[in-house]
Amino acid sequence: MDLKLGHYNKDGIEVVDVEGEIDVYTAPRLRELLIDLVNKKNYQLVVNMEKVEFLDSTGLGVLVGGLKRVRAHDGSLDLVCTQERILKIFRITGLTKVFGIHNSVDEAIAERKAEK
Amino acid sequence: MATVEVSFTPLPAHVRTARLVATAVARRSGVDESLLDEVRLAVGEACSRAVEAHRQYCPAEPIRVALTDDGERFEVVVTDSAPADVPIAPEMGGAPHVVDGVVQQLPAGVGLAVIAGLADDVRILPVSDGTSIAMSWKRRSL
Repeated sequence: MDLKLGHYNKDGIEVVDVEGEIDVYTAPRLRELLIDLVNKKNYQLVVNMEKVEFLDSTGLGVLVGGLKRVRAHDGSLDLVCTQERILKIFRITGLTKVFGIHNSVDEAIAERKAEK
Repeated sequence: MATVEVSFTPLPAHVRTARLVATAVARRSGVDESLLDEVRLAVGEACSRAVEAHRQYCPAEPIRVALTDDGERFEVVVTDSAPADVPIAPEMGGAPHVVDGVVQQLPAGVGLAVIAGLADDVRILPVSDGTSIAMSWKRRSL
């Protein structure tokens, strides 16, 4: 399956819905979306990965790039992911310590709001 | 003896095809269902790395993938034709992709580290005209 992207604002946080496969072919589209959102001054991001079927290191690089970009504006990039097959690559690379990984979009937003 | 061999032009879109073929052959070879995601990810990482290398140095040359079942182990060998003694892609230590001052790709070697974390055994070997990454997994008892 190809990559489907969407985004909406909830409680002042931009939620990015990602569906499909994030790899060397599709990751540039996600990168462009994250860059576009940050350029439009969206610095609080939640990337919902519940419908992601595949993620490789290219996709991880895009997420890390997005995180660095929002942090430059004192922002945040949290992830929503409960799929073991996707979480595994975050564990292998140690990125579970870098990203906030949540069980739902509502949980990610609530925790982000609580930290403010 | 290789049961399946695939070669593809170094285009990112073809990496998905290589992943699908590897997963299908692994399943048919008796690799445990719980390991198929690992095969898929590891082969994808190796092919992505090869595509980056070929696009920089030899875009006309195909990337070769050999999938072998020797009865006990399922092995995938991804072979590129890029120079083995120079930095090629960011994965191999070359310049990272930077957009507006922000590094877009992970540090050198992350892809290889992921492969090492997924496969039962990994060997990275220089070959006559490039590099081979050999990854293998145990088959389940039939």
